[in-house]
Amino acid sequence: MAEVLVYVDHVDGAVRKSTLELLTLARRIGEPVAVALGNGAADTAATLAEHGAVKVLTHEAAEYADYLVVPKVDALQAAVEAVSPAAVLVPSSAEGKEVAARLALRIGSGITTDAVDLEVGDEGPVATQSVFAASFTTKSRVSKGTPVITVKPNSAAVEAAPAAGAVEALAVTFSVQATGTKVTARTPRESTGRPELTEAAIVVSGGRGVNGAENFAIIEALADSLGAAVGASRAAVDAGWYPHTSQIGQTGKSVSPQLYIASGISGAIQHRAGMQTSKTIVAINKDAEAPIFDLVDYGVVGDLFDVVPQLTEEIKTRKG
Amino acid sequence: MRIVVTVKYVPDATGDRHFADDLTVDRDDVDGLLSELDEYAVEQALQISENSDDDVEITVLTVGPEDAKDALRKALSMGADKAIHVEDDDLNGTDALGTSLVLAKAVEKAGYDLVISGMASTDGTMGVVPALLAERLGVPQVTLLSEVWVEDGTVTGRRDGDAASEQLEASLPAVMSVTDQSGEARYPSFKGIMAAKKKPVESWDLSDLDIEADQVGLEGAWTKVDSAAERPARTAGTIVKDEGEGGKQLAAFLAERKFV
Ligand SMILES: Cc1cc2nc3c(=O)[nH]c(=O)nc-3n(C[C@H](O)[C@H](O)[C@H](O)COP(=O)(O)OP(=O)(O)OC[C@H]3O[C@@H](n4cnc5c(N)ncnc54)[C@H](O)[C@@H]3O)c2cc1C
Ligand SMILES: Nc1ncnc2c1ncn2[C@@H]1O[C@H](COP(=O)(O)O)[C@@H](O)[C@H]1O
Repeated sequence: MAEVLVYVDHVDGAVRKSTLELLTLARRIGEPVAVALGNGAADTAATLAEHGAVKVLTHEAAEYADYLVVPKVDALQAAVEAVSPAAVLVPSSAEGKEVAARLALRIGSGITTDAVDLEVGDEGPVATQSVFAASFTTKSRVSKGTPVITVKPNSAAVEAAPAAGAVEALAVTFSVQATGTKVTARTPRESTGRPELTEAAIVVSGGRGVNGAENFAIIEALADSLGAAVGASRAAVDAGWYPHTSQIGQTGKSVSPQLYIASGISGAIQHRAGMQTSKTIVAINKDAEAPIFDLVDYGVVGDLFDVVPQLTEEIKTRKG
Repeated sequence: MRIVVTVKYVPDATGDRHFADDLTVDRDDVDGLLSELDEYAVEQALQISENSDDDVEITVLTVGPEDAKDALRKALSMGADKAIHVEDDDLNGTDALGTSLVLAKAVEKAGYDLVISGMASTDGTMGVVPALLAERLGVPQVTLLSEVWVEDGTVTGRRDGDAASEQLEASLPAVMSVTDQSGEARYPSFKGIMAAKKKPVESWDLSDLDIEADQVGLEGAWTKVDSAAERPARTAGTIVKDEGEGGKQLAAFLAERKFV
């Protein structure tokens, strides 16, 4: 059976959920071979094996943390040459897309970014993409070389599928370009204690209607009652009420949770681009004409300062 | 210092964007404009120039159809010095890999110390062209910067990633891209708009760049779009007006859907 390379997104050995989703998709195409790089690479093996990796290629070197993007491209290229895979799957983060693109160029292959689904076709894997702020769905495939495909978070279920997950050292020779861009300092993002925005099953977000940083406590309280992540519109971020890392939309994060609750958000096209593929959409807005209501499964026309606290209380009561 | 800013002419995101029969982005029926995200790249070029003791020459470069000149004009009226328009019938349907080839050849022909791109085009939203450009040119990529400094032949900047915020550093020549957090783009002044009319716009085609027709366009694309379908409109939801019980009604809906 053909092998499929899966690039592992991990932090010091802790594998991110998006990678496990890639393993699910990879198994549709062939046998997943994971590539884990940098500090803690070998520690990823157990989790990856549990989710279907037949092999885990690892390489630890300081370069992965000390220089931007290129060392990872060098390593993936080495893995492609070692394995001759049927496809290469990479999580669709900003960095993942850059790594994937440079890899594709080097190995003379086409690239598809931001797939939301993958299936097997007669001429190789077929990727589903959601384009123009999710108003269109396209199906495309790579027609030259080894398909390089980046896949968005929440595009597949995480499934247990125990496999060998044998760890093998990958031999990597870094290119001259590898050390071109130095990472001179790194400030890890502080954990909010809430689920990761792109991974969360429920996202609760607030916009300009929240009207102040201190009022985001209302949004957070609702989120906590549901075990949800907190997001924000660009208007709320630009106003300085909530950090940019929580922005949802075209120039922020793209989320696709089971449930999305928007409060005080009008639903501009650029915001929709980041949340329109959510399964269930709920909005609270005092303007009955707000475009967000075109998307909702359930909408409440009302003042969020009345509706949201009542909702939170009711959820707590129901949960007991 | 020579700065080349790559700018894309895109269909207006607030218009009714769709696909042409050949499954390329339809550029005829929707008004086009300079991608808003590339305005940030022009802005950073202008700021670098304003903060520099050296002479800085800013060239804006686009690969696109005839109308893409509008995007160049806008960038010139913001304050760029000159423009290059790469236009060729064979370019229709070019993918990101092909676009990066054309941009790389054009940037080399123009001469550069620093290339500045936007974080992503607002139509394709791939966000890969700057990385591809760096790969092709064999120079450092300093991408997705939200804060930028250029001094003594060195670019530094802040890149806010998923897991961490990073401080990056590279020597020129380099390819940089900037986010919409890098600083509001200026509006062209009346004076700027008038001055732009006199600024030079060069037109190049594929033969000027030694690129064969089959390396680009739909033919040269290494990814094929097999189908494009409009997403079915979401089935109309329930909308209630809050008469004092809106929160409770919403909770009941969430319970019914098993979220509570
Ligand atoms: C290139 C580009 C990229 C962009 N990227 C993004 C992006 O990534 N993400 C993003 O979100 N935006 C993005 N935008 C901005 C986008 O166009 C909108 O400006 C933005 O989404 C508006 O945010 P908002 O809905 O919070 O604010 P508004 O549009 O001002 O809407 C606020 C809403 O709150 C409602 N409201 C006010 N008070 C209350 C109350 N007490 N109770 C209930 N409802 C209330 C109002 O009725 C209104 O509908 C981008 C724009 C451009 C040009
Ligand atoms: N046709 C084009 N002409 C000029 N610049 C482009 C073109 N396509 C992409 N770019 C540049 O590359 C950046 C990222 O584009 P993309 O990878 O398509 O999202 C844009 O913000 C532009 O700076």
